[in-house]
Amino acid sequence: DLPQGDRVQALYIWIDGTGEGLRSKTKTLDKKPKSVDELPIWNYDGSSTYQAQGQNSDTYLHPVKIYPDPFRRGDNILVMCETYKYNKEPTETNHRKICKEMMDAAANLKPWFGIEQEYTLLSQDGHPFGWPKNGFPGPQGPYYCGVGANRVYGRDVVEAHYRSCLYAGIRVSGTNAEVMPAQWEYQVGPTEGIHMGDDLWVSRYILQRVAEDFGVVVSFDPKPMAGDWNGAGAHTNFSTEPMRKPGGMEAIQNAIDKMSKHHIRHIKAYDPREGKDNERRLTGAHETSSIH
Amino acid sequence: MSKTEKQKAVLERYMRLPQPDDKIQCTYVWIDGTGEHLRSKTKTINFVPKTPKELPVWNFDGSSTYQAEGNNTDVYLHPVALYRDPFRLGDNKIVLCETYKYNKKPTETNHRKTCCEVMERAKDQHPWFGIEQEFTILDSDHHPYGWPKNGFPGPQGPYYCGVGANKVYGRDLVEAHYRACMYSGVNISGNNAEIMPAQWEFQVGPCEGIEMGDDLWMARYLLHRVAEDFGLLVTMDPKPMQIASGHGAGRSAKMGDWNGAGAHTNFSTVTMREENGIIEIERAIDKLSRHHIRHIKAYDPHEGKDNERRLTGIHETSSIHDFSAGVA
Repeated sequence: DLPQGDRVQALYIWIDGTGEGLRSKTKTLDKKPKSVDELPIWNYDGSSTYQAQGQNSDTYLHPVKIYPDPFRRGDNILVMCETYKYNKEPTETNHRKICKEMMDAAANLKPWFGIEQEYTLLSQDGHPFGWPKNGFPGPQGPYYCGVGANRVYGRDVVEAHYRSCLYAGIRVSGTNAEVMPAQWEYQVGPTEGIHMGDDLWVSRYILQRVAEDFGVVVSFDPKPMAGDWNGAGAHTNFSTEPMRKPGGMEAIQNAIDKMSKHHIRHIKAYDPREGKDNERRLTGAHETSSIH
Repeated sequence: MSKTEKQKAVLERYMRLPQPDDKIQCTYVWIDGTGEHLRSKTKTINFVPKTPKELPVWNFDGSSTYQAEGNNTDVYLHPVALYRDPFRLGDNKIVLCETYKYNKKPTETNHRKTCCEVMERAKDQHPWFGIEQEFTILDSDHHPYGWPKNGFPGPQGPYYCGVGANKVYGRDLVEAHYRACMYSGVNISGNNAEIMPAQWEFQVGPCEGIEMGDDLWMARYLLHRVAEDFGLLVTMDPKPMQIASGHGAGRSAKMGDWNGAGAHTNFSTVTMREENGIIEIERAIDKLSRHHIRHIKAYDPHEGKDNERRLTGIHETSSIHDFSAGVA
């Protein structure tokens, strides 16, 4: 709460070389920026984030979107960034560049996304938060949307995250406790175009940062506990303007038909290990379809 | 600062973040397939609702709450009673919901639908209810809260409406619950410590008609949710501590003597409240006496098996098998 004058703190956030990990560092700006274009390009050592090797490891941060900072508040901001190599090419895990080009090309279709992000809270020893040490809770059944200290673990993290996202202007449309205890879900959307990706990634950053304050760990792993325990996915709701109009069913069926022809290619794109992660989740049991 | 205190301080900081005026969190609460447990999830809406009808119908996966099987597991949530949210504060709301299957029929444990129809038909009689909800606070190991671990407190006697750290266990939870109910709009009329230590009672009412059910279920939701914040459990099991049996020589016969937790229901219609209302009361008692078994089956979610453990004829109960009436 100490006053900070006109200077603001800008927290630059980026996705590292794993394609799933997030990194951040802070820069002081002389004054609050009016738009993202005013923000300076920054850089960091990519060899520390699995993003560069050898001599020229400078990796560049290009700000793409600003959010109010729920941790530092005031005029301080979070800044989502794209990463570029020294030769101006996007880094291997900078998928946003092409995604944005696609979204711009498809802008007149007004593509809407709603993504249901599931995740598991873990204690620092890697065991799910609230589970008995070296053991397991009772079988699934009473936990989904549950209430009570023996049904849900970690609600404080969820509440703090929800409020932080609303403050930051991220369109979190809801939350619920999931089927496995210590597992939760929040939904982002409906959000149009590239904003979906930006908002979702920043919401993941906020979640991990909030959990840090509570001393617990967030895992987005699709199958954190083998055995009779549900996995954690990201069900994606999608539509284009033609799909939303009367008679839209036809547009939907066309899209389904197109998707059916690219199943393997899509599955490879859905997790950072070309489908190997989701293979553990999409078994055909525990409310999933088989990955094949 | 203990770990829990630190946790609460951290949460407090986040909950002080201002919330945009056009973003309201609305928690939908419903009764699951067990008929006794509650579930909830939250939706962001972009207006402040004044009545439950303004809120959208929502849905959830009934196969995760013992409410559906097979292919069509969508179960629908119809908001019916609106309350202020005592956890998130501001304009945030909690709404009690009825549940319906994909074919628009009420789910098996949606008893409110028929209850509401009956209350509507009886509305000229202005039926008033006051229900005394008893409950027991348990620690995370499921032993009553405040009781010695692997042991028992002294026999019942000093605990009812008691004061003192050796007489009542869990007052903080009870105080928090009372205030939360008052804030949210639940018609809570009082509370007291009960005969068994760690057992408490609160009363809801007088409420007219379906409001009784709504306020009572919401009060239960708030109780479980407040207990969650304290890291404790609440049970409404009618007989959480059985009479101990097979104890060694020298053990007092009273060691295993623990009261149950019920929900004494006070009831009247407008005619009962008028001059010579006793006649109307006696008429009603006569009607009740003819439906004893059917009613007993309806009073708990296991067709009377739960209450059988409580209504033994001792510990201030009647036997479950006998219907009786008297004037106090």
